[in-house]
This record gives sequence, C-alpha cells and structure tokens, in this order.
Amino acid sequence: MSTVIRTEGLTFAYEAEEGTEAVPVLKGVDVTIEKGTFVAVIGHNGSGKSTLAKHLNGILLPTGGAVYVDGMNTADEELLIEIRRRVGMVFQNPDNQIVSNIVEEDVAFAPENLGFPSEEIRRRVDEALRLVGMYEYRTHAPHLLSGGQKQRIAIAGVLAMRPECVVFDEPTAMLDPRGRSDIIAILEKLRQEGTTVVLITHHMDETVGADRIVVMDGGRVVMDGTPRQVFADVEGLRALGMDVPETEGILYELRRRGCDLDLGALTPEECVEELYRYFA
Amino acid sequence: MLKDITMGQYFPAPSVIHRLDPRTKIIGLILYIAALFTAKSYCSYLVMVMMLACVIALSTLKLKMLIKGMKPLIIIIVFTAVLNLLFTEGEHVLVQVWKLRLTLEGVRTAGFMLARLVMLIMGSFMLTYTTPPMALTDGIERLLSPLKKIRVPVHELAMMMSIALRFIPTLVEETDKIMSAQKARGADFETGGLIRRAKALLPVLVPLFISAFRRADELAVAMESRCYHGGEGRTRMNVLVMKRRDWIALAICLAVLGAVIALAVFGL
Repeated sequence: MSTVIRTEGLTFAYEAEEGTEAVPVLKGVDVTIEKGTFVAVIGHNGSGKSTLAKHLNGILLPTGGAVYVDGMNTADEELLIEIRRRVGMVFQNPDNQIVSNIVEEDVAFAPENLGFPSEEIRRRVDEALRLVGMYEYRTHAPHLLSGGQKQRIAIAGVLAMRPECVVFDEPTAMLDPRGRSDIIAILEKLRQEGTTVVLITHHMDETVGADRIVVMDGGRVVMDGTPRQVFADVEGLRALGMDVPETEGILYELRRRGCDLDLGALTPEECVEELYRYFA
Repeated sequence: MLKDITMGQYFPAPSVIHRLDPRTKIIGLILYIAALFTAKSYCSYLVMVMMLACVIALSTLKLKMLIKGMKPLIIIIVFTAVLNLLFTEGEHVLVQVWKLRLTLEGVRTAGFMLARLVMLIMGSFMLTYTTPPMALTDGIERLLSPLKKIRVPVHELAMMMSIALRFIPTLVEETDKIMSAQKARGADFETGGLIRRAKALLPVLVPLFISAFRRADELAVAMESRCYHGGEGRTRMNVLVMKRRDWIALAICLAVLGAVIALAVFGL
C-alpha cells in the first residue's frame, strides 16, 4: 500500500499575542494515511483533531516537523495548488463553503480554478453531482435546500477536483439524523470507489465502518488501531472523556458484571450474535 | 418570505430576452438610456415607447409586475414632475396662483420628464428581471475585463459581488434568528420612536457582524481548499457566447439610438 499523507513530528502553535506565550495545539504528531483506506480521527474538543485536519492540505503550516502529501511538502508554496487538488476538504458548516447561487456553478468552482476546459468541467460537475445524488437539483439555489443537501453539494464541489483523498472535518455536526446518514453513506461509497477518506468526528457511531481509528488528546495521538482494538479499551477511552458505541457499552457493562463476553462487536448484529453465543 | 429576497428581482421565463447574453442586455440598456436622454420631441419619444413596448412584449413578463416594481419610486417620479410643472419658465401662462405660474412649457417639460423617468426605470427592470444575478455579474466582469490592463481588479470585484449576492439570503435568515432570540428575551423592535428603534437594533447588528466575519473566514478557507488563487488561469464552465440574436439585438439598439439622434438633429 502506498502512502497518501504522512506527518513527521508535526507540531503547531498559534502565534502568540504580545505578553502571552504561544499555546501549542499539536505536540508532535506522526500519522501516515495509506491509499484507499478510511481513517477516522476522534478526540474531544481541543484535542487538536481539527488543527491536524487543516494541516493535511496546507491551510495551516507546521511550526515544527513536516507534512507530506504524495511526497510533496505542504510548506512548499509552489506545490500548494497540486496538494489541494489531491487532498480535498469538507468542513462543518455547509453554508460557509458554498460560493455560488446556483448548485452546478458552485460545484464547478474548483475545476474552474484549476483551469480545465469548459466541457471537462461540465463532465466533472455532472459526475460529482450524480455521485452525491444531487443531479436533479443542479439548477436550484443552494439556500433553499436542507442542511444535508447543502453538505452534499459541498462534497460534490470537492469531488469535482477528483481528489485522491478527502478530509471531512466534522461534516455531520450541524445536520439532522437524516442528513447525517446520507453523508455517511457517501463516505462509504467513496471508500468503495478507492478514494482515501479521513473523517474527523466526535460521533463514535460514524467511525464503526473505518479501517482505522486515530484517537487524539492534548495535541498527541494517544491510540491508533482498528475500531475493534480501539473500542475494546473502554476504560482508556472513558478516561479521555470519550464514549464508545452503544454496542460496546452494553458488552462492557455486562462483562464488568462477570459475563465472559468478547469486546469486539461493533455493529448491532455483531453485538446480538455475541450475546446469543454467550447466553446460549 | 424573507428567504426569497435575492430571487425577488429575477423572474425566469423562456423568452428571447431572457436568453440574450447578459453583455448584450447591459450594452443595450446603456444605448437605450443614451437614446432616452437624446430624445426631445414627440416623434422621438414615440420611437422609444415602441422600442420599450416591443422588449416588454418579447420578455413575456406581465406589465403588472413592472408597475408593481415601480411603486417605491412613485414619490420621486411625482415630485420631479411637479417641480418641473411649477418651475419651468414660459410664455403661455395657463393658470397663475400667487407667484406660482403653470405654463404650457411647464406641462410639456413635466410630461417628458415623467415619461423619461418611467421609461428609464422600466428599461432597467427589463435587465434585472430577465437576467439572473450571477449572469449579470459574469457579464459585468467580461465587459470590464479590458480594464485589467490598467490594473483594475475586475475579477476580484465580480467575485465580491457574486459572493455578496450568495450571502444575502444566509444573512437575512440569520438576522431573523437573532431577532427571534432577542424577542424571546424581551427585546422590543416595534414600538418607540426612530432613535429608540435604531437603538434596539444594535444588539442584533453586533452578533450579526461577528458571525459575518466568522463566515467570511471559513469561506476563505473553503475557497482556498478548492484551489482558488484569484482570477489568473481560471476558466469557466458556462462560457458566455455572443450568438446571432445578440448581434441583431445590439444592431436594433444602435439603430434606435441613431434614429433618435437623427430626429434631434433635424429638429423633428
């Protein structure tokens, strides 16, 4: 497997105002993201997960260490456009990502910036809109759509660049349950099509389908492994102020009360099977 | 509803006028206004009225909508007409009350002024009612692009205009929310004099501005993430193309201007 993104000893501190000390937000993060994988980054507020995300396409530049995208250093200004084309980013608030009054013109924004000819832009826009299931809305005004639909437009706007990797920075935080599940379905679809997905979130349920979970706390990576490995450490996660998926919670409580259950069941089906195995 | 505010100016319809290139419509409007200010005689006004009537008919928009749009401007129109009516010097005095003289010349000038203003406004409506705001900014950008040579930031100005248009409904919605939140805590926006009401708006404006700045910041990051780096090397999906109908429309506008100038020269 080849690496898409690699951070080496990444540190970052916001510039200090006069008379105060610079507050370090990232204190040496080493993460590699392999091509075609779905990596979830979790952590509570202030853990540095969003700051990490903003380093992955050069919006923020490291104060120490380095970030490489396909071997290109994000600190190299000449390569910035190419890096951003390869690593797309979707943010929390869909309203603040949409630039145009017409859906298809908004999706066209990125390929227009990249200077593609008109027919190529049209092809990419149609393809991206079909992938997020918003093709029928292409001539609508975004402000009349629902939050989930707007977020799908924002995703299409990034996909129109045909990026290798898409970083989602809490994409569902402002959406209703329906909008949330739509977005998660799109993540799944992207992964199946071979796009690398990085999901920053604090909803544990959204990370169940990930290949790998990176847990951050206080500007460091504190856990890194498959969802099974990470969620099995219920105490560790709770100590960090984070919860586990409900399925894990049930198994954990039963285990504490003396039932010999395996803590690796993530989906409700797996959980039921595990309970059935034990009680039968 | 407040949300519909940006769309309020544009009325979609499948007409020839709607399909014209925005640049054609902008230049056409300029030519039309030039002709309107050159027109001095009944004859030339007749030409102008006919032109406007043709455009309105072709646009398939209802005359009622145009008249409705004019309502907020009625006071100005009437005021201008009355001033012209009363203060135009002339020989043929019709009525005299104290020092105010109503002259035949006054009636004529006021009539022309009234017609000119109404036709000016209706003509502008034909541009804004038949052209989506985004197409309009696009047209303006393309028309002004020669100014780039003398370092006028044409692309940036057009981008600012289109982002402003894009955010009007978002900010209107937000104002609505903030006002509801303030009302829920006992704020009163409806009573009191002008100053009191203006003061009551202050607690609405402060959070609105703060949020607008935050939005601007996030939008800038999102735009950069989508490889925005100014107008250089940027292409467009929908390229404006002048078609035959655009050239014909421009030719007609030029012909009308020419005719009106000719009429003025020959004193008809």
